[in-house]
Amino acid sequence: MSNPVPVSNPPARAPLLQAIGITKLYGSFLANDSIDLDLFTGEIHALLGENGAGKSTLVKTMYGLIQPSAGELRWMGEKLELSGPSDARGRGIAMVFQHFSLFDNLTVAENVALGLDGVESFAAMSARLAQVSRDYGLPLDPNREVWRLSVGERQRIEIVRALMQNPKLLILDEPTAVLTPQEADQLFTVLFRLKSEGRALLYISHKLDEVKRLCDTATILRGGKKISTCDPRQETAASLARLMVGAEIGEVKATTARATTIPRLLINDLSLEPDDPHGVLLKGVSVEVKGGEILGIAGVAGNGQDELFAVLSGERFAEHEDNVIIDGHAAGHLTVTDRRRLGAAFVPEERLGHGTAPRMKLSENALLTGHAASHMVNHGFVDRPKTLETVDKTTKTFDVRKAKRDPEAASLSGGNLQKFIVGREILREPGVLIVSQPTWGVDAGAAAVIRQALLDLSGRGSAVLVISQDLDELAEIADRIAVMFHGHLSEPIAAADATREKLGLLMGGASAAASGGEKEAMHAVGA
Amino acid sequence: MGLLEAIIISVIAASTPLLLAAAGELVVERSGVLNLGTEGMMIMGAACGFAGAYLTGSTFVGALFGIAAGAALSLVFAALTLGLAVNQVAAGLALTILGIGLSGLIGAGFVGERITPAPRLYIPLLTDLPIVGKILFGQDGFVYFSIALVATIWWFLYRTRAGLVLRAVGDSHTSAHALGYPVLKIRLLAVLFGGGCAGLGGAFLPLAYTPFFIPGMTAGRGWIALALVVFSSWMPGRLVAGAYLFGAVTILQLHAQAFGLGIPSQLMSALPYLATVIVLVLISRARGSAGSVAPASLGIVFVPDR
Repeated sequence: MSNPVPVSNPPARAPLLQAIGITKLYGSFLANDSIDLDLFTGEIHALLGENGAGKSTLVKTMYGLIQPSAGELRWMGEKLELSGPSDARGRGIAMVFQHFSLFDNLTVAENVALGLDGVESFAAMSARLAQVSRDYGLPLDPNREVWRLSVGERQRIEIVRALMQNPKLLILDEPTAVLTPQEADQLFTVLFRLKSEGRALLYISHKLDEVKRLCDTATILRGGKKISTCDPRQETAASLARLMVGAEIGEVKATTARATTIPRLLINDLSLEPDDPHGVLLKGVSVEVKGGEILGIAGVAGNGQDELFAVLSGERFAEHEDNVIIDGHAAGHLTVTDRRRLGAAFVPEERLGHGTAPRMKLSENALLTGHAASHMVNHGFVDRPKTLETVDKTTKTFDVRKAKRDPEAASLSGGNLQKFIVGREILREPGVLIVSQPTWGVDAGAAAVIRQALLDLSGRGSAVLVISQDLDELAEIADRIAVMFHGHLSEPIAAADATREKLGLLMGGASAAASGGEKEAMHAVGA
Repeated sequence: MGLLEAIIISVIAASTPLLLAAAGELVVERSGVLNLGTEGMMIMGAACGFAGAYLTGSTFVGALFGIAAGAALSLVFAALTLGLAVNQVAAGLALTILGIGLSGLIGAGFVGERITPAPRLYIPLLTDLPIVGKILFGQDGFVYFSIALVATIWWFLYRTRAGLVLRAVGDSHTSAHALGYPVLKIRLLAVLFGGGCAGLGGAFLPLAYTPFFIPGMTAGRGWIALALVVFSSWMPGRLVAGAYLFGAVTILQLHAQAFGLGIPSQLMSALPYLATVIVLVLISRARGSAGSVAPASLGIVFVPDR
């Protein structure tokens, strides 16, 4: 590998970037409350906090996307006033966004060009792109359109684009949220290399184990304020979580002895053509979920999970009626409503727009999934007190925090809306619950509440199917785990036997026999 | 002049206003804005363009008046949709209604007046060539300009950095904003450009097609231009093909009526519109397997957070 351009270092132990009393007001809401932060070269600095703690606001300020209401930034000791992201890039600050800032219909090279400031010709840029992606072991085809790429490849574009600016400071906002364990390992190799090249890294993540492994310093935010700066290697995951939440997070536990009884959800040799051109073909998916059991489906996004959810929930019909059997009833050709009448409930991945109608009130959203089976409708008229009662009950049971009694769904934070959506279904005591990414982008406190609720539901004899990309989550709550890859579902393995390596390789499409070679290849790329 | 030659020349004349307006709308939609006010901007361009040419005696000044009128009306649209984040469909429809009304008022004093139509190119020898001479070298400036405009737009979109940024804004305004591109400013410029093109397309009608102004003389051409943009799947080259196909159907049905085929003339007049509907259906069916090609942010209101 060729040597990268050396980064010029400021004097030793003087911070590269200093945030002093950064404050950001949105109306009367304090998103950042006089935050101080020092970033040093050759250091990976973690920024931790729950959803809404102010992490994104702070890094957007450092990238010039947001102007602080008070406080200042200092860059190598001098006052820094950023007019915008291109100004930040010009000084050597690069950022990898959590929700990728990519353009699906443009090619990889065009995407990279848009993240640079266009001083070189397109041809020169393409050549440099090939060089940088080869140097760092992040292979990319410059002429492919982004929509054809996997999530891991998309992130590679973001990272290569950032590296091509030869940044002094690289900000990464939850980069591993969407990666397989192996892809994450590959990323860490790159990050360690960047650190050894004398760059400063600011790393946002919810995954505390990762932070302990990777980071030299951690700053914890809570409610817009800085709580502490510490060395994450000296802390435990539990102590970090306590700092983030401000309270002890209870460990989730199964409440009752989990009697595994008869299968309540049966999927029989389900094959289905995708209905949109970018979709995945389901190939002979078969699995059963018993009462009192939680079955986890792991897998990298885009391997057929969306299609599986759609056909289980009734948004799409299966080929044969008995491809899907709910509590003994062939349900493959039943509508969503009819499946709900059979005692099934569904929580889709996307909270806004799929799980709820964003601009409708919570009570109306409760009615939208509850009308078939919850007596909220009387002879065609909506029983409003009853819908409000459902909201109140969900709020109380699941600790949903909101400003009003019955606000619009879109006004809730991600974690609170997710608690409402999961809670709304669980309160109906479904016999079969199918839930996709139950704690996606949800902070640790809310995630614990949701996971506990799923465990309790299965403890009461319901069958629960959880589709999730978060292996830690599945390890915590599932009894058995199956992996989805290219529309095919693996045999479920008992959660106790499901190591991260085993699952990770299945998620990458390796069969057990091929796993040795796969590992070697991975090392070759990362070395 | 043979019949074929006459037909081709009239096809070109019928196609040019569509091409001008659709080319502008294509740029607007590529930036992620859906401006349904094309019909309103065209008729304003027609009224003001005629007024300008009548008062000054110059077709060129008339054309400039038309461009200015279309751009001015599009500025109203931009203020509503970009400045105040109003729904684009509603604002576009309102713009059409406003344009039709306002143009009637402005043009009222000019109804019945005549001007000299736009001069046609004449190059000795070349223009005198049989058949192709008049077609290639005997058109008015609008025709040549419309072709050059589409070629320039193609070059701009696919060969310049500014064009790449414009396409990026239309594909994902949130990503473009995150990277620091001024989404609203880029869209404002696109909308103004689209307005100017629509105004010029409208001005073509009284300045070159017929040498007088009548209220409502655009007669739905703005809507056809909008359909053409979809028809072209937002690609400049296909836009030319679409505009000329539509122009041809319009003219051929006139000739078919003249031959007296025994088909009600109303049905014949509806033929171009029918053809558009059929082509649009066929295109969207054929595209089913390749995915949508519309700019992904088309019609979605963007409010930057700062």
